[in-house]
Amino acid sequence: MSSALIEVRGLQKQYVMGAETVRALRGVDLVIERNEYVAIMGPSGSGKSTFMNLIGCLDTPSAGEYVLNGQPVAGMKDDDLARIRNREIGFVFQTFNLLPRSTALENVELPLVYAGVGKAERKERAAGALGAVELADRLDHRPNELSGGQRQRVAIARALVTRPSIILADEPTGNLDSRTSEEIMALFHRLHAEGQTIIMVTHEPDIAAHADRVVMLKDGIIASDRRQTRVPVGVLAARPESALSEV
Amino acid sequence: MNAREAVRIALSMIRANKLRAFFTVLGTVVGVTFLIAVITLITGMNAYMKEEFAGKILGFNTINVRRLPSVGGGPVDEATWRQWQRRPRLTQDDARFLQERVQTPGLLSYAHDADGKVGDGRGKVVQGVNIIGASANFFNVRDLKIARGRTYTESEADRGVPVVVLGEEVAKKLFEGLPVLGKEVRIQGFPFRVIGVMEEQGSLFGMSMDRMVVAPIRSPLNGSLFRNNVVEDIYFRVPDASLMPRGQSELEGLMRVRHRLRPGAENDFMLETADEALGFWDKISTFLLMALPLLVAVSLVVGAVVIMNIMLVSVSERTREIGVRKSLGARRRDILLQFLVEAGTLSGAGGLLGIGSGIALAYAVSAISPIPARVSPGSILLAIALGIGVGLMAGVYPAYRASRLDPIVALRAD
Ligand SMILES: Nc1ncnc2c1ncn2[C@@H]1O[C@H](COP(=O)(O)OP(=O)(O)OP(=O)(O)O)[C@@H](O)[C@H]1O
Ligand SMILES: [Mg+2]
Repeated sequence: MSSALIEVRGLQKQYVMGAETVRALRGVDLVIERNEYVAIMGPSGSGKSTFMNLIGCLDTPSAGEYVLNGQPVAGMKDDDLARIRNREIGFVFQTFNLLPRSTALENVELPLVYAGVGKAERKERAAGALGAVELADRLDHRPNELSGGQRQRVAIARALVTRPSIILADEPTGNLDSRTSEEIMALFHRLHAEGQTIIMVTHEPDIAAHADRVVMLKDGIIASDRRQTRVPVGVLAARPESALSEV
Repeated sequence: MNAREAVRIALSMIRANKLRAFFTVLGTVVGVTFLIAVITLITGMNAYMKEEFAGKILGFNTINVRRLPSVGGGPVDEATWRQWQRRPRLTQDDARFLQERVQTPGLLSYAHDADGKVGDGRGKVVQGVNIIGASANFFNVRDLKIARGRTYTESEADRGVPVVVLGEEVAKKLFEGLPVLGKEVRIQGFPFRVIGVMEEQGSLFGMSMDRMVVAPIRSPLNGSLFRNNVVEDIYFRVPDASLMPRGQSELEGLMRVRHRLRPGAENDFMLETADEALGFWDKISTFLLMALPLLVAVSLVVGAVVIMNIMLVSVSERTREIGVRKSLGARRRDILLQFLVEAGTLSGAGGLLGIGSGIALAYAVSAISPIPARVSPGSILLAIALGIGVGLMAGVYPAYRASRLDPIVALRAD
């Protein structure tokens, strides 16, 4: 068994729409090791989100193999997929997807609720995760009382709180201005520096420049896959203390 | 996710949308209101009949020998009625016959009553007074307490001395707070000396129990207001309920001897106890309690349909939330539980509201009518169970729909 965190072979996804079949992914092979920081790029409709959803076990492939952390995922039952989403995956969405009526703390607690963590420990860990994204003073704010960048940080805290194997971020800065986007990128850098594996979809070369590796999708297949030296981020040096250890 | 967590989520959903939650469970509220109000009134009536009515009219642990039934006979046919009319009247001699022979421990008393007027001899008259002629034991047997003065003695009763004990209302109307004892009143024109006033008894179904006077049965009323020697009731009060059967069979035997009834011949008198009189009421309340579920069921079924519809709307409105929860690791059963518990909590809260408004309604009804109200703990448990049950039933389908949502599809919803 390989030590790769993610291994996909011949991954395909088709959407049948009446008489027409959309082939969103047409055979993707990809291996991602632990602690990689991967940006996925490509034109609109190239299958980036479809790929992320499959990796995140939100959706099941039409064909192909997917081994996550040593576990073959294809053919898993619903409850097992839910468990994987809960334990292995941390999602960060473009539109944040926070529950509007719940406070920041309650939102971050949510994955722990489904993991069956007791109330006291849950509160403590959720507060810790919010501290790690520098929102310790916003625990009781509801999403509409937070800025876009703060909302996305709450979402990142929620993704982190279960200590997942991978963070999956589909256009995490798509709804943010460039300054706020840089904040989020700085946060990703810290997480990555602490050993977190990150896969991120983006349209923006500036954002992709933060990753170590860029995978280009085109028409449902990988057009290119290259490693790069990422841009240095000053924020990293300024914050030597561990972000993850607070989680 | 456990049920407690689910209840917490449900409560916060309700709090966030109180008005809508209220309209959602209106059916439950109305159904439970009916249920509680009717049961509260029936329970009140039950308690009232057992404790007040039976106690006041027939007395506790008391066997009542009569010619005709008082209460509880129910409607009878012509033939029975005519047969009853041929029965011999009970007399003071019958009462003394029983008194001398009865072995069962107990107190025997007899009385006759008629409506009449009582005046103060100087023009003030109270009409429609229940004038009771009774033996001396009457006050003990009927639990009539004396507020001022005394009752008459056995010797006064036997000699027919014209003394009288006034009911509270009669005393107040005639003397208006001035001293009463020793004063003379006129009953049907005969002068009587007031020796006591009874404690206030209150009313029964809106009729005053204090508009009455008690005088020795052999006073001048005998043969004037009352038919000579006749008594309406012979009371026999035993010290303990366990003696009731023995007293009943003994009195029955003695009365049959007294009336010279051949073996096999039907009794030409009645033996009444509070239990028997209550049998009539039991029939009514049983009927009411049987009809009630129908009424309640209809409103609860309507309520369930409404809840189901609104829960379906709620599921579709919250599709995105369901998607988010699933993306964070919620299993089907977590979502199912969440929506089931939400429906149950919602409807259970409606049940609580209904309990409140049902009790309020019952007390409002009892305030403007003679029907008393009394809350029954059993009905409250039943109402809570029904409330939650309706919600769970109504929630099954929407919750199932929610739990089956595809995470990706749900996340894309807006
Ligand atoms: N649920 C669906 N039903 C039908 N077709 C779908 C569905 N989801 C995606 N597609 C199609 O699959 C293809 C890939 O879509 P996907 O969302 O993965 O693209 P993307 O690379 O994320 O695009 P974008 O950059 O615009 O987000 C598109 O042609 C899209 O129309
Ligand atoms: Mg996309």
